[in-house]
Amino acid sequence: MENTTIAAISTAYGEAGIGIVRMSGPDSLDILKKVFFSKNGKSPAFEARHMYYGTVRKADGEVIDEALAVYMNAPYTYTGEDVAEIQCHGGNISVKNILSLLLESGAVLADRGEFTKRAFLSGKIDLSQAEAVIDLIKARTGRSYETAVDQLEGSVSRRVKEIRERLLDLLVSITVNMDYPDEDIEILTYERFGEALSLIDDELSKLNASSSEGRILREGLKVAIVGKPNVGKSSLMNIFLKENRSIVTDIPGTTRDTIEESASVRGIPISFIDTAGIHESEDVVESMGIERSKEAFNKADLLILVLDGSSELTDEDRELLEMSEGRPCITLLNKADKGLVLKEEGIEVSMLTEQGIDKIEDAIEGFVDSGRVRRESDVMITNIRHADLVRKALSEIGEAMEMVKAREAMDFIEVNVKAAFDYLGEIIGETASDEVIDEVFSRFCLGK
Amino acid sequence: MEIKKLGTYDIVVIGAGHAGCEAALAAARMGKKTLILSINLEAVANMFCNPAIGGTGKGHLVREIDALGGEMGLCIDKTFIQSRMLNVSKGPAVHSLRAQADKRRYHEEMKRTLEKQENLLLRQGEVIDIDMDREDGVKGVLLKTGAYYSCKAVVIATGTFLGGKIFIGDTGFDSGPNGLSPSTELAEALKKRGLPMRRFKTGTPARALSSSLDYSKMEIQLGDEKPVPFSFMDENVDREQVPCWLTYTNEETHRIIRENFSRSSLFGGLIEGVGPRYCPSIESKLERFPDKERHQLFVEPEGLSTEEMYLQGMSSSLPEDVQEAFYRTIPGLENIQIVRSAYAIEYDCIDPLDLNMNLMHKAFPGLFCAGQFNGSSGYEEAAAQGLMAGINAVLWLDGKEPFIIDRSEGYIGVLLDDLITKGTNEPYRMMTSRAEYRLVLRQDNADIRLTQRGRDLGLVSDERYEKYLSDKKAMEDEIARLEALKIKPSVANTVIVREGGSPVENGASLAELLKRPELTYDNTEEIDPERPKLSYHVRTKVEVSIKYKGYIDKQLAQIEKFKHLENKALPEDLDYMAMEGLRNEAKEKLSAQRPLSVGQASRISGVSPADINVLLVWLEKLRRS
Repeated sequence: MENTTIAAISTAYGEAGIGIVRMSGPDSLDILKKVFFSKNGKSPAFEARHMYYGTVRKADGEVIDEALAVYMNAPYTYTGEDVAEIQCHGGNISVKNILSLLLESGAVLADRGEFTKRAFLSGKIDLSQAEAVIDLIKARTGRSYETAVDQLEGSVSRRVKEIRERLLDLLVSITVNMDYPDEDIEILTYERFGEALSLIDDELSKLNASSSEGRILREGLKVAIVGKPNVGKSSLMNIFLKENRSIVTDIPGTTRDTIEESASVRGIPISFIDTAGIHESEDVVESMGIERSKEAFNKADLLILVLDGSSELTDEDRELLEMSEGRPCITLLNKADKGLVLKEEGIEVSMLTEQGIDKIEDAIEGFVDSGRVRRESDVMITNIRHADLVRKALSEIGEAMEMVKAREAMDFIEVNVKAAFDYLGEIIGETASDEVIDEVFSRFCLGK
Repeated sequence: MEIKKLGTYDIVVIGAGHAGCEAALAAARMGKKTLILSINLEAVANMFCNPAIGGTGKGHLVREIDALGGEMGLCIDKTFIQSRMLNVSKGPAVHSLRAQADKRRYHEEMKRTLEKQENLLLRQGEVIDIDMDREDGVKGVLLKTGAYYSCKAVVIATGTFLGGKIFIGDTGFDSGPNGLSPSTELAEALKKRGLPMRRFKTGTPARALSSSLDYSKMEIQLGDEKPVPFSFMDENVDREQVPCWLTYTNEETHRIIRENFSRSSLFGGLIEGVGPRYCPSIESKLERFPDKERHQLFVEPEGLSTEEMYLQGMSSSLPEDVQEAFYRTIPGLENIQIVRSAYAIEYDCIDPLDLNMNLMHKAFPGLFCAGQFNGSSGYEEAAAQGLMAGINAVLWLDGKEPFIIDRSEGYIGVLLDDLITKGTNEPYRMMTSRAEYRLVLRQDNADIRLTQRGRDLGLVSDERYEKYLSDKKAMEDEIARLEALKIKPSVANTVIVREGGSPVENGASLAELLKRPELTYDNTEEIDPERPKLSYHVRTKVEVSIKYKGYIDKQLAQIEKFKHLENKALPEDLDYMAMEGLRNEAKEKLSAQRPLSVGQASRISGVSPADINVLLVWLEKLRRS
């Protein structure tokens, strides 16, 4: 039997009438009792398999949502462990906040396929399904983790690194004081220790504030639609926006300096860059020049080059084709309904009849699955995970500061500092176990 | 050469250094007919480098060896000439005992212990081959004289003797440590038998005549007024102690060394072996830290029956004329008379990744390995491995489960797991910062952690076991008594105020009060006049377990989580290559290293958390089908 209690959002990402957050593991009931209360503010009896109505509340009493909750005792559950479920209002905000609260209350974020893995390990799933279980777990390996690290917003990853560097300095000082008491080295005083911790605490608090706004991950695939005037760029844009207007990314704080429109294509967050021309009338032809396109080319993760399939290439088309060579690019042959003249390779589409739009979406999805960007649902989960790690690091530092005040032994406080260091390492994907010892020997001249 | 069959033993130990001695004693005490061979009987338990036992992390190892029924702690308690508890201003987890040894007496004491041990024969002799193959394992050992001893298991603990080569300046010559003969033929024979080897290097400073040194220019370092024993068997180890001395290098010293960098065998390209970062020669210190204005030099006595002094901090492979010149620039060393030159030594060792967790080589059944041969450094690290190799050789011969100490149970566990699971690229030294469950793995409670296990193995004598049981009971009784003993605030405040704490308003148990930083077990004696007379070991255990209960409990909870994966055993015959879903790197690493538990697998570099999940599913699948 596993000794941790895992939590995850079980319903699909996006708009829906209902959202479910599920826990599995020995502490499911205890954690549920910490967050779910009846209307009268009391904790319900939580008789197994009975549904209770009430509210999900934070420790300070703030209500997150009205919800239904049910507790199911082991082994009569899907995973064979104690399971608790909270059913709340649909949409992303509510499930996300409830999941965060469960993590704060002692649950750990489930890995992909982990509920199923546990079900299998406790004998709830037939042996013949073992391969399927492994496939589920495998989906998480390889690129997804690296992508999560890659997609850290540059400024956030820089800040995490800086804070971690400060923690490393402290750890090196503590270690060298602890393991080399006879050496000629600067003694780490409680004053210096306390100052360093409070600086780290400040930095982490700022990071915590920004991460709870969900800004840790850079959001979306940057797409530039390029083509000569009147070729159908704005029509394409409108098709994407029309379809998706209702689920434009709801994670607040998205950087919008160069991004003008966001949309979601099959759950993939997309930011269209340099779309100025799109809002202009198609008649104003001179506004979108080559110079302008160049800028878009450089910023984009993916180009969509629109050509007029019903006529021969112009000089401008040729120049655009040349510029897009060697870059990730989806080429569209528009106006296919008028009869195709062009011999270029590309997806035959018609903005007018909306023919071939699904093929464009296939191509975008294919590009994403090749490992460059993550889906919105993954982005949200990664954000929750990172925020959770920052919060945990912050709580370790808070504890360490208290211990410094109480003049507890440094080597005790080291345990908390090391824990904070490791949590931040998880965010940026650095987990080398000998980092501190390596640093001790590179900074200090030690030994007989 | 005619082969002369000289007898049959269960276990033959090659090398009688700190690893070999513990291995041989453990094997003999567990009832196996054991032979221990040394190139020279003068080399038994010799301290070829610094004349000290213990220190941070290392002191913990000695206590653990002692708790299991090993010899090192008893031997140093008998023969130390200065003792200090390091880090007393820090937490109890990093308090570390270190003692200066009388080298000669340490050697004699250990040698005599081996000689007196039942089932054990200590004999001079140079092994030049181990008769073994991959199928049938170990069959015997062949000596230079043609003597052949049959055996089923060998513990190899060759230290710096194996393929040993000494370097001083531009000279390099085959030699064991301190001018003893090297084990050259065995090194060749092992390579021929297909044992992959690598080369490590270490070094030692010069020894000087005490009468040639001027101590008035140095700082004195005295031992503790009340020395503390290493062994749980010892209580009073009071004796007259001798001082050590501290002096420093200066710009002039550094100038001479720098000007002669090119003449060091280290920089001259003669040395190919990898040296430890924590034990650098003075020339590497200067090269790596050019801005450091001075370096410490501790002058330590080698023993009571010699004038030789050890110059800690100044190991070197510079030529002798340069050594002479730079030592003379140091205050107090102006007229130094060197009697043994500093040297670097290179030796053959294996990659510890080639070992099983019981220290048996993966390729050769019955070949157990310990000490520097496994890529470690230090007397204590060697002794710990020797003990474990000896125990496991016996268990293997008897067809029993191996004896494994995990990372949450002892520094010995950290040492073996680090070496065997993670490997090392330099001679490995123990440090308290390597132990993640440090607050539980203290030196004060090593007996509580390990003595029962030593008893179960048959290593712990009746006398030790009875002492352990009575200490344990005394500790538990005293903790219970302190928890029940209520102290009035007025009484408590007399001590609290005197010790600089802020007064309490309510009464509390003495156990509760002891959690305050200003109070100790000893300074509360006056408000607890009825307390029983307890030994040092018991008093320390009582104080630490009460005072730090909160932190210790927190760590115990972490250990429980750790144990979860550690207790999931991996069958020996798992076919990792056939496990669909494991990444290729994980398949290869797991097949090569064959971890014993899922926990151990998770610490192998290149095995990801997702691989571990896949592995868990496979285990369940195999269990069911």
